[in-house]
Amino acid sequence: MRLTQGTFSFLPDLTDAQIGAQVAYCLRNGWAVNLEFADDPHPRNTYWEMWGQPMFDLKDPAAVMYELAACRKVHGGRAYIRLSAFDATAGWESLRLSFITDRPAEEPGFGLERQEAGGRNIRYTARSYAANKPVGERY
Amino acid sequence: MPRPAAVDLEAAYQASGVGPVLEQLDRELVGLAPVKGRIREIAALLLVDKLRMDLGLRAQPPTLHMSFTGNPGTGKTTVAARMADILHKLGYIRSNHLVSVTRDDLVGQYIGHTAPKTKEILKKAMGGVLFIDEAYYLYRPENERDYGQEAIEILLQVMESRRDDLVVILAGYADRMDRFFGSNPGFRSRIAHHIDFPDYSAGELMAIGERMLAAQSYRFSPAAREAFARYIVARMQQPHFANARSVRNALDRARLRQAVRLFEGRARDLTAEDLMTIDASEILASRVLGAPAA
Repeated sequence: MRLTQGTFSFLPDLTDAQIGAQVAYCLRNGWAVNLEFADDPHPRNTYWEMWGQPMFDLKDPAAVMYELAACRKVHGGRAYIRLSAFDATAGWESLRLSFITDRPAEEPGFGLERQEAGGRNIRYTARSYAANKPVGERY
Repeated sequence: MPRPAAVDLEAAYQASGVGPVLEQLDRELVGLAPVKGRIREIAALLLVDKLRMDLGLRAQPPTLHMSFTGNPGTGKTTVAARMADILHKLGYIRSNHLVSVTRDDLVGQYIGHTAPKTKEILKKAMGGVLFIDEAYYLYRPENERDYGQEAIEILLQVMESRRDDLVVILAGYADRMDRFFGSNPGFRSRIAHHIDFPDYSAGELMAIGERMLAAQSYRFSPAAREAFARYIVARMQQPHFANARSVRNALDRARLRQAVRLFEGRARDLTAEDLMTIDASEILASRVLGAPAA
């Protein structure tokens, strides 16, 4: 099941040229571009690991593509990698764009668990099949 | 698609906008014939490459890493600052920016500090020009645990693998750069253009001085011009002569003396002419021309 989180997630995966063009757009707007990766795709897992440091003061997308290549060398195919752009201007101070650049070869998706509670109430839990395995063996 | 039989070099030259860039360089920088010659060559190569690509011939982007060597004050830093502009207009680099660094910006203070620091600088410079002033400080042979070596290795690697993304310019005094390249042969071979900045002649220094003054809305009186020409000749014989930098310092001192002269004669009204003019007395008061140290 294809993970749909962030911008462009219903489109086919972006090519490197397209990623570069998005990064160029971010840099033109003065946003700091970050790379993050995670192997737990649960939608409520907001704590992705950061690849290196946030990249401020860049002028050219080549620098981000350089780091993305380095990140792929380590995590490519074994984790999700996403690119986010942070706007530091007063009033925003938050992410303006975030999209997944790389995903594992196989995405097992989520299972829905129902818990029967008192009074015939049902509580639902979404559980990622991948996260059932220990860290490092998920993909 | 059939290849076009012929291309028009003249038309391509006109369209590229290279001509005005080179003219501006000629106009704004005094002397420096070898430097201008090399820039002209690079411009020609880039233009021809573009035409080759139009004809479907293979064209590999040339390596443009450079090393500027020369005595103090010969314009290395000035030209490097221009280089980003020139290469951008020639269409070689994507953005018109120059990141100017020295050893401190690249080399860390403890183990594991250097690589991220160097990489961060390299990333900031990508798409433009990275200018490393006094590059020989990167390598300290007397301390074998110096982290400079690590920075050099990362630099070399990125210079090689990311040739399309950034241009690295090293600058420094000739003798020390020679020793630096001697102990880091990898550097010498990865740099395509070793450009030597010659010392300026007295006439060129005079022209530079006049330009510096004009840029600050000052000018010489006729007597001052004559005195300054004598000053330059005398200063060139003295130790620690630093070409254009010495000229700039001399002019700064002349401006100080001019301010004092105007201040002391403040009883009368001053015209714009007075405020602009450097008099012979300001030049002649210099120690170099035999005046007692003031």
